[in-house]
Amino acid sequence: MEILINLGYLAAAVLFIFGIKGMTTPKTAVRGNQLSAIGMLVAVVAALLDHNVVRFEFIIIGVLVGGAIGALIAKKVAMTDMPEMVASLNGIGGGASLLVAAANYLESQKLADMGQFTASYDWSLAVILSILIGAVTLTGSFVAVGKLKGKIGDSSKVMLFKAIVKLCFLILIGGAAYFAIVDPLNSDMLVAGLIVVCLILGVSLVMPIGGADMPVVVSLLNSYSGLAGAAAGFVLGNNGLIITGSLVGASGIILTTIMCKAMNRSLTNVLFGGSMAAAAGITKSENDAFYEGKVKFSSADELAMLLDGAQKVVFVPGYGLAVAQAQHATRELANMLEAKGCDVKYAIHPVAGRMPGHMNVLLAEAEVPYDQLVEMDTINPEFSQTDVAIVLGANDVVNPAASKDPASPIFGMPILDVHNAKTVVVVKRGLSPGFAGIPNELFIRDNSLMVSGDAKKVLQETISALKDL
Amino acid sequence: MEMFIMSLTIFVLAIFVGVEVINKVPPTLHTPLMSGTNAISGIVVVGAILSSGGSEHTTVLSTVLGVAAIILATINIVAGFMVTDRMLNMFKKK
Repeated sequence: MEILINLGYLAAAVLFIFGIKGMTTPKTAVRGNQLSAIGMLVAVVAALLDHNVVRFEFIIIGVLVGGAIGALIAKKVAMTDMPEMVASLNGIGGGASLLVAAANYLESQKLADMGQFTASYDWSLAVILSILIGAVTLTGSFVAVGKLKGKIGDSSKVMLFKAIVKLCFLILIGGAAYFAIVDPLNSDMLVAGLIVVCLILGVSLVMPIGGADMPVVVSLLNSYSGLAGAAAGFVLGNNGLIITGSLVGASGIILTTIMCKAMNRSLTNVLFGGSMAAAAGITKSENDAFYEGKVKFSSADELAMLLDGAQKVVFVPGYGLAVAQAQHATRELANMLEAKGCDVKYAIHPVAGRMPGHMNVLLAEAEVPYDQLVEMDTINPEFSQTDVAIVLGANDVVNPAASKDPASPIFGMPILDVHNAKTVVVVKRGLSPGFAGIPNELFIRDNSLMVSGDAKKVLQETISALKDL
Repeated sequence: MEMFIMSLTIFVLAIFVGVEVINKVPPTLHTPLMSGTNAISGIVVVGAILSSGGSEHTTVLSTVLGVAAIILATINIVAGFMVTDRMLNMFKKK
């Protein structure tokens, strides 16, 4: 039976790998996701067959409650809220691993009393690690959710949080050493205390990071949630958990690297460099002076006339499009232009939106064919042949200062070269700076026009103006 | 200790497999990839089942923690797979 159960975990891990492999093309992805789900079912059945599992009532209650909550969330969540959703699930995953480690610790005490378990150094280390990663993922993720929602602002007390982080690590190292060397099996209070320290650590690690850097943080916490599972696997001595946890850990690390590259920042700089906006430190009056009298304001009617004569139009969606829920209006306008024989594309910057691939999901929701979504490196050479580039709520990712001004805090960040288009129309609610906290030279260029207003409203007005032409 | 080295070997090799497979996922699908891996990380439910279904080696507190862990892990599994399916079906249409 033991062999069969372990083969079941192996089969589950293989199914997960095939499932992720399916994600390599949009056509096979749905099937891939189903394969992963079957893998999960196999793993659950294997666990239920374990000879240690004799009572099923609590398991059934837990699965029913969790399943109902999960299904409700999955059905209700809006696509614009996916970053918050993924961040929350990261935290919940970390929390589950933390609870498993704590429960297993208590059981090991009892098994030791019965003479069936002796603590070893590697077991102690695994317990501490799974508490650390699980707790940090739990609280860190919910701080990230608060920052994504805008409920927790950028903190100016970076030094304070850094000090707390150092203190937490000191306590943790001391506590872990005592735990592993002196008395691993009678340290209930110590373990409870270390859990609290690690929960505080999670908060203090994420608090000083700027809201603009949340795509990196969410990817990193995604990785941690996997590693927390792997650590729990070390505690339980369960290879299924270890393999699966490390797959998720690897996925999160890759996405983190991609996000860091797209922002031209190192991970250390994101995690410990404080908020970019706070570092740039531009005041409102400096910002106003930069734009004073130099921005050419336009209207939806004028935009409609421009588009009427255009052969090639590129939409550049940013976070503002998600906030305004303008993806459907964008698609409608694109349809009208295509009907006139105009070539329409969408330029997607890797950090557009608030998590990896977020913009693609929003546009897919509006039924934009995914082959019209063009990645940065492919679309950049095409801007010089573009008649109109429409920037919808994007700012820093189209700031020419990133490639021209070595003094700029975003210098070196790869950008979309929209300024090369014949005309750039920027649809934006105001002239406030983007995440990086710096003004954008693009808005005062000769070939730029600004239409101020909510992206959805402006696009709808443009659509009706285009109909009247 | 031998057991630990075995597990560590599996851990390291699995990370390499993960990097190889996931590097091929296109940026278009990165959001579903993240929610999908959220679901997969619910595998920790296995540990939770072993904790809340045991009898003689459990305590009241460990059972309570185990059931709470099952609830959290199941939220991850169900919400993760369902929302990923929802998103991927949007991409499939065209």
